[in-house]
Amino acid sequence: MKLLIKGGRVIDPSQRLDELADVLIEEGIIKAIEKDIQVDAPIYEAKGKLVLPAFVDLHCHLREPGQEHKEDLASGSLAGVAGGFCALFAMPNTSPPLDSKSQIGYILAKAAHLPLYIFPVGALSLGMRGEELAPIGELAEAGVKAISDDGMPVQNSGLLRNALLYARMFNLTVILHCEDTSLSQGGVANEGFTATRLGLRGIPTSAEEIAVVRAVLLALETGCKVHICHISTKNSLELVRWGKTKGAPITCDVTPHHLVLTEEAIENYDTRAKCNPPLRSEEDRKALIEGLLDGTIDCIATDHAPHSKDEWDVEFDLAPFGIAGLETAFPLLYTTLVENGLIPLELLVEKMSTTPAQLMDLELGSLKVGREANLVVIDTKPIRVNVESLFSRGKNNPFQGWTLKGFPCLTICKGEIVFERRAEL
Amino acid sequence: MKHLLGLESLDREEILSLLKKGKEYREWLDEVYEKRRQPLPHLKGRRICLLFYEPSTRTRHSFEIAGRLLEADVTSFSLAVSSVQKGESFKDTLLTLESMGFDLFVIRHSYSGACFYASNILRRASVVNAGDGMHEHPTQTLLDLLTIYRARNKVEGLRIAIVGDILHSRVARSAIFALNKLNWNIHICAPPTLLPKDVEKFNVKVFHRLEEAIKDVDVIYMLRIQRERQKEQFFPSLEEYSRLYRLTSQHLSLAPGAMVMHPGPVNRGVEMEGTVVDGGESFILDQVRNGVAIRMAILHSILGEEKR
Repeated sequence: MKLLIKGGRVIDPSQRLDELADVLIEEGIIKAIEKDIQVDAPIYEAKGKLVLPAFVDLHCHLREPGQEHKEDLASGSLAGVAGGFCALFAMPNTSPPLDSKSQIGYILAKAAHLPLYIFPVGALSLGMRGEELAPIGELAEAGVKAISDDGMPVQNSGLLRNALLYARMFNLTVILHCEDTSLSQGGVANEGFTATRLGLRGIPTSAEEIAVVRAVLLALETGCKVHICHISTKNSLELVRWGKTKGAPITCDVTPHHLVLTEEAIENYDTRAKCNPPLRSEEDRKALIEGLLDGTIDCIATDHAPHSKDEWDVEFDLAPFGIAGLETAFPLLYTTLVENGLIPLELLVEKMSTTPAQLMDLELGSLKVGREANLVVIDTKPIRVNVESLFSRGKNNPFQGWTLKGFPCLTICKGEIVFERRAEL
Repeated sequence: MKHLLGLESLDREEILSLLKKGKEYREWLDEVYEKRRQPLPHLKGRRICLLFYEPSTRTRHSFEIAGRLLEADVTSFSLAVSSVQKGESFKDTLLTLESMGFDLFVIRHSYSGACFYASNILRRASVVNAGDGMHEHPTQTLLDLLTIYRARNKVEGLRIAIVGDILHSRVARSAIFALNKLNWNIHICAPPTLLPKDVEKFNVKVFHRLEEAIKDVDVIYMLRIQRERQKEQFFPSLEEYSRLYRLTSQHLSLAPGAMVMHPGPVNRGVEMEGTVVDGGESFILDQVRNGVAIRMAILHSILGEEKR
């Protein structure tokens, strides 16, 4: 594939690049980033657009095998490339869970034919039941880079400690969804005035924070790389900050929705804003933005959690947790955080491309010459979100009807053009 | 009024107008109906469905009686023998019943927000909230206000102590929403385990001691304590709960002349001593009679004034 992307604003934090330039791709490889490249190649006009390393998502739910009515690898991949992503880490809470070599092999075999990179995350415990360790060595051999029990967090601290000690031997990262379920049990919303008014059972912030303390201390003690996903409270950030100053091998991510919405989004019992951890207070939200700026938060991950409408169009208590946000992630953050001057654009690119790739040791998230082309061109014209025309099967997206800027208009993955937006949403 | 989903969304005037109408129906019940035993034809031909997903005695029966006294056609939907047992969703149940031609659904549901959800699902029919989870129970609060209105001849600017399981109580939430609009001084009293987070943002004064909470109030409002809460360890035992929060006749001297109220059903001897339940300050049975009157007012406000 040969392509000259002309005149865009090229931003690549991995080489501290931010300039108007042309990007030349030949045989799927980035050949040059220079001004006014004169070459005989098909041209993609990018004047007024942004050219970025494609995004890497450390946390999404692709639902295959077993829950294809919510999403499958193909529909999730399309949603991914339409959202500007070149790599997705697929969580293991499928049916059955990804706790064996054959399960991992199934995902990798299918992923080879898909337009972007899919990295299956192995289960930490057998069946994600939190009782016995999954065959972590076998999973590592099968090619996983990380293990996690995600939304079914291990409650037994002894088991978790052994998992960390053991996983370290294979240089795996352990991704932890931090939740003490004895504190969150039965809860459906952040414990606060909104839940009190609506008569919804609350999930206190301590349910997350106690598990964060445990994760930080165990990372420090075992030396295993621990990545805390979808961090949501001010105190959790303080605890991670403390862990980092002590030298714990700990990193964390935040979701786009926790950076933009607060608990008030569940007003009118809107199940599309029901997620776990729940949307928190404005004070927490501000602290999360602060955490991005000061580096406590290493990256942004979507926690894309598609569900079918039959599942979420029900009474609030019965609706599953989760927001399907792969396709709105970048435009949402570009519009609400960058355009409003809350964070610099380069930082957003760094948190969505550079650092997640680095954390998982991937040759992605960079536009360095010689690398395989994995890049996205962003159009900043405003588009009104219409979930029906998004590629994900999950329409549980609370940003329906929002007008956002920054949707991808061209995505290149594995050196090929995999997505080009021609129509409006 | 299209629906009655809660009192948070009503304003002072709407509440007062329902109370005025309820008072008139109560007078009709006492003075006219008692003698002639003839219903009023106000809702003749209108069809009401009582859709109760939770057990209820007084709310369900008083809606049924209220509907019949206005000559509406009232059907009670019986959960135990319905398709809900076959796994039919709430959404499909609503749409199915609406297709049968009901004009109004009175809904009691164990999930907060279920009535709001129903009002979005239904294409034409109205919804009256008869209690949704821990959220609201607006008709209970309206009948309580009617009881106070008739006894005190005023319904604004008074003092109340609401005592008991505030955390799980839809009655408490509806009361707090409405009483704030009517400029009441609200005391709430419970152990910290039975108070919802940030409850003080409701403009209420929080107490943990019964004796302090009820001092000099106009209304002592006791909530039912559910035995399951002890199993969930919100308090050590029913005996200890009673030791701290049972209203006895000795307490009444702390609030001379106060009305004693309870939404029922009462756990005699647990949250209230039997002699107080039966005593001269108790308005519990008057509350029940007003329940019929206020529900007539509500049904009429929704169905009677709407263009056919």
